[in-house]
Formats: sequence, structure tokens, C-alpha cells
Amino acid sequence: MLPVLDSPPHPGEDAPLYEKRRAVFPKAVDGLYRRIKWGWMGVTLAIYYGTPWLRWDRGPYAPDQAVLVDLAHRRFYMFGIEIWPHEFYFVAGLLIMAGIGLFIVTSAVGRAWCGYSCPQTVWTDLFQHVDRLIDGDRNAQLRLQRSGWTMEKIGKRTLKWSIYLFVSFWTGGAWILYFADAPSLVRDFWSGQAAPVAYATVATLTATTFVLGGVLREQVCIYMCPWPRIQTAMLDENSLTVTYKDWRGEPRGSVKQHTGGDCVDCNQCVAVCPTGIDIREGPQVGCITCALCIDACDAVMAQVGRAPRLIDYVTLQGAEAEKAGAARHQPLKSILRPRVLVYFGVWCAIGAGLLFALGTRRHIDISADRDRNPPYMVLSDGAVRNAYTVKLRNMESRPRAMEIALLGLDRGVMWSDDMPRGQAARALRRTVAADQAASVRLYVTAPAGTPAQDFRLTVRALDAEGGSDTHKVRFDGPGDE
Amino acid sequence: MADANNVPASAGGKRIDEATGTSTVGHEWDGIEELDTPMPRWWLWTFYLTIVFAIGYMVVYPAVPLLDRATAGLWGWTSRGELARETKAANDGRAGLLRQIAATPIEQLPGKPELMQAAVAGGRAAFRVNCVQCHGAGAAGVAGLYPNLADDDWLWGGNLVEIERTITHGIRQPGDDQTRTSLMPSFGRDGMLTAAQIDDVVSHVRTLSGKEQPSAASARGAQTFADNCAACHGPAGQGGRPFGAPNLADQIWLYGGSRETIAASIHSAHAGVMPAWGQRLDPVTIKMLAAYVHSLGGGEEFDAAGPR
Repeated sequence: MLPVLDSPPHPGEDAPLYEKRRAVFPKAVDGLYRRIKWGWMGVTLAIYYGTPWLRWDRGPYAPDQAVLVDLAHRRFYMFGIEIWPHEFYFVAGLLIMAGIGLFIVTSAVGRAWCGYSCPQTVWTDLFQHVDRLIDGDRNAQLRLQRSGWTMEKIGKRTLKWSIYLFVSFWTGGAWILYFADAPSLVRDFWSGQAAPVAYATVATLTATTFVLGGVLREQVCIYMCPWPRIQTAMLDENSLTVTYKDWRGEPRGSVKQHTGGDCVDCNQCVAVCPTGIDIREGPQVGCITCALCIDACDAVMAQVGRAPRLIDYVTLQGAEAEKAGAARHQPLKSILRPRVLVYFGVWCAIGAGLLFALGTRRHIDISADRDRNPPYMVLSDGAVRNAYTVKLRNMESRPRAMEIALLGLDRGVMWSDDMPRGQAARALRRTVAADQAASVRLYVTAPAGTPAQDFRLTVRALDAEGGSDTHKVRFDGPGDE
Repeated sequence: MADANNVPASAGGKRIDEATGTSTVGHEWDGIEELDTPMPRWWLWTFYLTIVFAIGYMVVYPAVPLLDRATAGLWGWTSRGELARETKAANDGRAGLLRQIAATPIEQLPGKPELMQAAVAGGRAAFRVNCVQCHGAGAAGVAGLYPNLADDDWLWGGNLVEIERTITHGIRQPGDDQTRTSLMPSFGRDGMLTAAQIDDVVSHVRTLSGKEQPSAASARGAQTFADNCAACHGPAGQGGRPFGAPNLADQIWLYGGSRETIAASIHSAHAGVMPAWGQRLDPVTIKMLAAYVHSLGGGEEFDAAGPR
């Protein structure tokens, strides 16, 4: 059983009702995982800040922003894909893929999402670098924290919080660019002409970024986020976790008197931890597996001339084996195992299904709503008329000429409210604007005595690309009277 | 339990959990115990913030109920005021379109599809408030009482101009000197025709729309019809719109097309009425109502040469 610690020991009965936050001042560290984190931080931030500026040519009738959530016009653009509201299942599919993607990552490499990609981690990391840039490394930060409000402290705090505010504002500012044309929104924003909701959103996200990244930091992971709890349930004995090899490290002691364990109790693993935990207490909710303690410990082990990876990415099973004397566990092995492959298979199947649906979806569509009040109308000459509200959907980003026709209802003809009955025919032509749905009012008439029956309305595109769709509707009549 | 951290039962069963060093709350359910982990301090701040927010909310918004009202709040916000503001904004937004509709003669509306669409939409809304009580939500009328507005049979004319005039001045409305008016005699009740004559006229009228084959009775009725009815309903029974005389040769019967109902109509005439909406609604609303009624499927094109 895993001993799970979510906070360091408290003094029992005397524990206060509320716990003051123990400030965390993580020490700078260098090493393999720190460099991976640097690189990945660059990638994730670049994606977040840069994506709205990517352009994608869709012709004259659609926006040219590569990724755009156009709430006003109810369209979602993602590079070559355009999603209409009725196709929201694509977004649902993407969300399911994202969920299963997290399952894959968790079962293969543990809490890698928490340690590397979670926005809370990335922005906290960024803010902690700002701390080190302004206040100096851990010890300087501790000194400054304890000192009174000297001019130096006031100056540094003002500067640091200004940078926090700038980063937070930029974060909120980038968010709104996903919902409107980025260049024109930036212009409107600074000239005071953007929608109030844009300013409110930026203000809200600036505040949340500042508070969550600048103030609350690891407390979000430990107290607020449900994901660590869910992940704890998803980890198994083959999931990679950052592990202190207690069988090798204990009993810990100083460098000079080698007491048998490799741990020299230098506390560097604690000093570099962004959530302020001691990994040597075992796996715990507070560990986001950022692996910075591995970098810190490896550097110390190299200095004192002992084998590296006293703290390491190990699976629980690998740890048992290693404890029993096996060679160092190979992390890659834990990735290629049935559970991960099944998740991956499901993930691929959903992805392939979505791609197939995307490739075969219609770009032209007809639907009809029959008037129910009155259900039918007898005209002066005894003919029976039914009325329909027909929607023609053109999902191409150019205007298209279309023909609506009757299929069935052999003696029926139709006309629309913008033409006289004298022009009634079996087929009508309409041009539907680019990327729009057009509404057409149809009056379908059949001679007296036509029985109630089903028939079909069809639509056909008249351009070279073609395409068609049909919709079954009811024709109602007085019946035998 | 032989746990060294066990405390005496007098302490309420509380003990220090070995793995975490945290005190338990002293309850146990089937071996499951709850740790007495302190709340984080930020949580407390959040709680204080909600209190501050609540106080601020009560000060600026209506909050404390009094006997006949509530405290007004510093911002003076009310849900009614909000509704009035939104309604005004919606009306202001429509004002330009309404002005254009008002300035456009109704027969020119179809040439301006944007105005026509707006007029039909506005007319649909006004129809639901003012007209559905008699003509029905689908404008199909009520058989024997109120005419169907969605078919192509019109008593007083079916182009935009005539519909607008009918709505404005109403039908048989005293107090409006342009109201649509006419009076069909009650031929039976007033003793102008005998029951047998009426019976013959019924036979004749029903041959006009093919409901009956010509017969000796219809031949007799034809003469009576020519003498008494043709002045308004026309020699072939095709109706006369200046008098609101219905077309008797088509398939649409407001008061019924059976022998009994036709005989009843001749014996005791109907004289339907409709309010003169010009006395109640503004001209733009009436124009929009006319556009809506015209759009229901039976509207006729306006002919500048005059009604037929």
C-alpha cells in the first residue's frame, strides 16, 4: 500500500483550525529534466501566445485566422476544418480524445501532465523564474521575506509584482484573441473600441493568473485541483513516479561518516521542489513529478562521487525488483504494456472515426419544417396546399446556386412567398450565401383529391462540385369528406 | 490496537495518525477514520471575501425586504428598470426600420425585400396579440364564423392595399365612414323569397361550384338568382368585392357549402364584423399586419389599374 502524505506532520492535538501557508522558495537547478522543462515551457507558451496570430487562407467569405472560435457567428475554425454548431460532436470527440490522452500519459509516464504541461505548473514555473530574476535565488528570497519593509524590499516587490501583472495581463490578453480576429481586436482593444466583454475577460484572467500563478501556486495543486486525486486512482504498479530509492539512500548521513546509505541529507531535493515537499517521505499528492529533485540529487551525487539516480523515475514494480537486487529499471518498458496500448488503440480509433466523419461530411443540407397550424389549406379551385419552412445549408465558403425539387407527390407543384402562384413548378432555384443557411418558405400544392402521403424534398448544388441531400416530409389533405 | 500513539478513550478516541502525524477527529466508521487536517489559510480569506462581497451586494442592490417594498440599493437597480432599458434598446434598434416602413407606400414593399421581411416579422408579432382571438394562431379562421386569411379567397380584396384598408377601417364598423360595409338581405326571414324559391336557389348555387348536377330545380333557381342575387354576387356567382359579396363558384365556403347551411345563409343573412384597427393601432403596425396577412400564401399582386 502506498503511504500517502498530503502535508507534512502537524503537532497533533494542538493543530490550529487553519493552516498558514508555508512559503516555498525553490532553488534554481540545472540538469536533464530542468532543460526538458525549459524547452517544453517554451513550446507550450509559444503555442498559447502564438496560435491566434497564425493565418489560414479560406477565401473571401471566411476569416483568415487559423484557430478561431467565432461565437458571434457560431463557427469554430481550426486550420482547414470548420465546425458548425450542429457538428459539435467533433468538439466532443476531441475532448474525449484529450481525456483518453491524459489516461495514456498517466498510465505510461505518471503525472507528466502535472509536471510539465499543466498551465498551473507552466505559469508557476514562469513566475518562480521572475522571483529568482528580481530577488535572487532561494537564500536571497528567504532573507528578503524575513526582512522589514526597507526601500530595497519595496522596490523589488514593486518591480516583481509589476512583472507578474504584465505577464498576467498578457495571458488574459492572448485568451481573447482566440475569439476574434487577432490583429483587429488588438487595435480595437487599445483604441477602446473592443466589446466590454473583451475588457472584462482580460481583467478576470489577469486577476486569476496573478492570484493562481503569483500567490496560490502549489496550493492549487494540493487543495483545489481534483486531477491529482483522479490520477492517484489511475496510477498502478507500472506507472512511472518520481521515487526516492530508500533502500539505497537509507540510513542517510553526512558525507564524511558514510553510514551505509547514499543519501547525504543535503536537503537539495527539498530546496528545489516547487511544491515544497520532501520526496524522501514517499509518493504523495503534493508531488507533481516535475523531476527537478532528480536533477538536484544527481548533481550532489556527482559531487560526492556516488552513483546517480538516487531519486529516479521508477515504477512501483521496478522499485520492488531493484530493491531485490535487479538492475536499474528501464523506464521505457513501462510504456509498452497492454494497458497503455489499449488506451492508445481507443484513442486512435476515435481519432480515425473523427477523421472519417470529417472527410465524408456533407457540405450541403436540406431540412424542412411543415406548418402544423393549419395542417393544410383548401384553395378556391379545390387544390390542397401545404406550407413548409425549408432550410438550405451551404457549408462551403462561397455562394452556391442550388435547386430544390419535389420527389414523389406526382401532381404537386410548389412556389415560394416571393413569387406568384402562377410560376409554381416542380423545382425552384435559389442562391445560398457563402457559409450560411438560407430559409425558404415553400407552398406545395396538389390537385383536389390528392391523398395524404409522404414525399421528399431534395436539394442539389448546381456548380461543378455538386452534392445533394433529401428530406422526407408529409403532405396532408382533407381526405374523404 | 497496540498502537503507541493511541490516546486514552477519555480524549474522545482521538489519536495521532502514524503516517501523517495528524490528529484524527475521533470518529471511526468500520475502521475508517477522518484526519483533522487544518483548513488552508487562503480558504479562510476566501470565506471573508464572500462576506465582504455579500455586504457590498446588499448595499448596492435591492436587498432588505420592508413592509411594502425593499431597500433600493445605491445603484438604484431594479429588474423592471432593466426590462424597460432592454425594451427601449430593442425599440431604438428597430426605429430606423420602422421609419422606412412608414415612409414606403405599402404596394412598394415587395420591391424592398429587406423591408418586406421586417414588416412580415413585425406583422406576425402584432397578429399574435390582436388577431388570433378570432382568426386563429395559424390565421386559418374558424369555419362558419371568421374567414380564413391563409387561403386565396378574399371577400374584400387580397392585395396589400386592399388588406391594409380592410384592417384600418374594419368591416361594418360604425364610427368609421370608410369602413367596409354591405348588407345582404335576409331573403327568408324578411319574406322576400319563399322556402321553395330558396331551395331552388340553393340548387343553382351548388351547381356553380360543381357540387350538384344541373336539374329542374337549379334551372328555376337560376332565374331567381339572376333577379335577386346577381347584382352583388355577379351573374356567374363569381362574387363582388366592392360589396364583400363572396365568390359562390369556388370551393371555399365561409358559412358552409351544404344545402342546409346555404339555405340558412339565404334565409337569414350573415353580416360579419371586424374592428376598425385604425382606431386602435398605429399605421406602421397596420402596414406590417397587412404584409403578414398577404404573406400567408394567398396574397394577390397589386394592380395599379385598380381592383378587378
